[in-house]
Amino acid sequence: MEYFIQQLVNGLTLGSIYGLIAIGYTMVYGIIGMINFAHGDIFMLGGFAALIIFLVITSIFVGLPVVILLLIMMAAAMLTAALWNWTIEKVAYRPLRGSFRLAPLITAIGMSITLSNFIQVTQGPRNKPIPPLVSSVYNVFGISIALKQIIIVLLTVILLTVFWYIVNKTSLGRAQRATEQDRKMAALLGIDVDRTISITFIMGAGLAAVAGTMYLMYYGVAVFSDGFIPGVKAFTAAVLGGIGSLPGAVIGGLLIGLIESLWSAYFTIDYKDVATFSILAIVLIFKPSGILGRPEVEKV
Amino acid sequence: MAPETNTATDTMTNDPILKVEHLSMRFGGLMAINDLSFEAQRGEITALIGPNGAGKTTVFNCVTGFYKPTMGMISMRQASGKTFLLERMPDFEITRDAKVARTFQNIRLFTGLTVLENLLVAQHNTLMKASGYTILGLLGLPAYKNASAASIELAKHWLEKAHLIERADDPAGDLPYGAQRRLEIARAMCTGPEFLCLDEPAAGLNPRESLALNELLTGIRRDTGTSILLIEHDMSVVMEISDHVVVLEYGQKISDGTPDHVKNDPKVIAAYLGVEDEEVEEVIEEIEEIEEGGKH
Repeated sequence: MEYFIQQLVNGLTLGSIYGLIAIGYTMVYGIIGMINFAHGDIFMLGGFAALIIFLVITSIFVGLPVVILLLIMMAAAMLTAALWNWTIEKVAYRPLRGSFRLAPLITAIGMSITLSNFIQVTQGPRNKPIPPLVSSVYNVFGISIALKQIIIVLLTVILLTVFWYIVNKTSLGRAQRATEQDRKMAALLGIDVDRTISITFIMGAGLAAVAGTMYLMYYGVAVFSDGFIPGVKAFTAAVLGGIGSLPGAVIGGLLIGLIESLWSAYFTIDYKDVATFSILAIVLIFKPSGILGRPEVEKV
Repeated sequence: MAPETNTATDTMTNDPILKVEHLSMRFGGLMAINDLSFEAQRGEITALIGPNGAGKTTVFNCVTGFYKPTMGMISMRQASGKTFLLERMPDFEITRDAKVARTFQNIRLFTGLTVLENLLVAQHNTLMKASGYTILGLLGLPAYKNASAASIELAKHWLEKAHLIERADDPAGDLPYGAQRRLEIARAMCTGPEFLCLDEPAAGLNPRESLALNELLTGIRRDTGTSILLIEHDMSVVMEISDHVVVLEYGQKISDGTPDHVKNDPKVIAAYLGVEDEEVEEVIEEIEEIEEGGKH
């Protein structure tokens, strides 16, 4: 039983990271109907930005409190990732808006490869380790819960709440939802559609960067290829939760995290990805719009 | 309401809000609009009529930035005296800065948003500024709270005018057809326009809904002084509420004047009855004979 709960805790942590990345996929898909395959690499890039700022800060100010250090790392990662994602949207996706559907998809794959190669060339292909930042572990009824796990889950809950509020209650969110439904009409009501889309990319990148920083803190390493597998898993999470839905993305992320850690705990770890994607396939057969997705009903 | 004269221009106070000059729009080999010039006066309802395919909606699309005209100039002069050249502006700036709003032939509400949200989306720019581009709004600053309350007040005002106040929190897609039409107009009004373009607002309405619409439109002109440009096939609406009518056929203006003037214009009658070009002269002669006969 303890072992099971321990795995739940681990799965929840991993799932939170997937969920944070998945929100970016789901928001971008929601507003312009394209899958930003470079999003996983934005997450990886955020991790690297956090790593670099960590090395810089710790070499200048020795003995800085960990909380402040983490906040600076997150801020730097968010800024860098947002700048990259904004640029990518501007140079690679915007000119192709209104082109045939596959064009932005292919470009997105191209941007993904570009980003991971850029990091490989500039940062080197090897794993980059950092010393553990947060190492306290609490023992609750025989289950060990690390402080970093608590931080990750809490941060996910807070960020989901904030983003849910922005999308559902603020004028920016209304503009995003209006743009999603009818871009031309939104423009005719005075909404700067291009800017709204840019802001969406910036918001998604910010979350991916937080996830990147958390990933770095949790595993203690960053490597250029990190963007791919977590990126695909997060995309899966977004689809599983119902693409376009923010809470759906996080629920999907948690589910995938749980499936992965429980499978690894009770069966063979080599097949954990097979298990994850099989469950995705099964869910989509019975519920094609995902867990929280609205089925599209066409009125005739 | 409409002046009882046959010539239009001499009775009007000459203060055009919209001036269309030598407008042409070509789609490949098709000249959808050919050298069209007309004016819409401030504070009036101007109707744009004509047979199907005459180019009425194309004029709207040029005015609201959907199309970039092949030739010509569209200038909009606000009450403050500021002038905008609409054909040079991107679509969202036409609404935001030049204060032109429009509706479509087919309803284009945000069906997934509630009725109230549809009206709040139209006030996006004001709210964005007040909320410091969302960031200050998230901190709950009073300036944003006031702006937010004001925007809801404005939305409520238009919901009452459109008789939709009880349905404020329903998804817009759930409203009946006539109510959706009124909501579209209310939404356009929430952008704070000086000039409102309505593309067939009465299409598909039953007589009672049509009446409610007339009331809403005349109310808008009376209470806000907003100038209206209207495309309409329903002649009962056109003749009832418009001050000035422009008639198009094959992308060209064939008549321009008060509703009474236009109603009796032989060219208009010919266009609507679908007479061949060669026969137009005959029809005109016939009408003239009849008129002469009436005088003697």
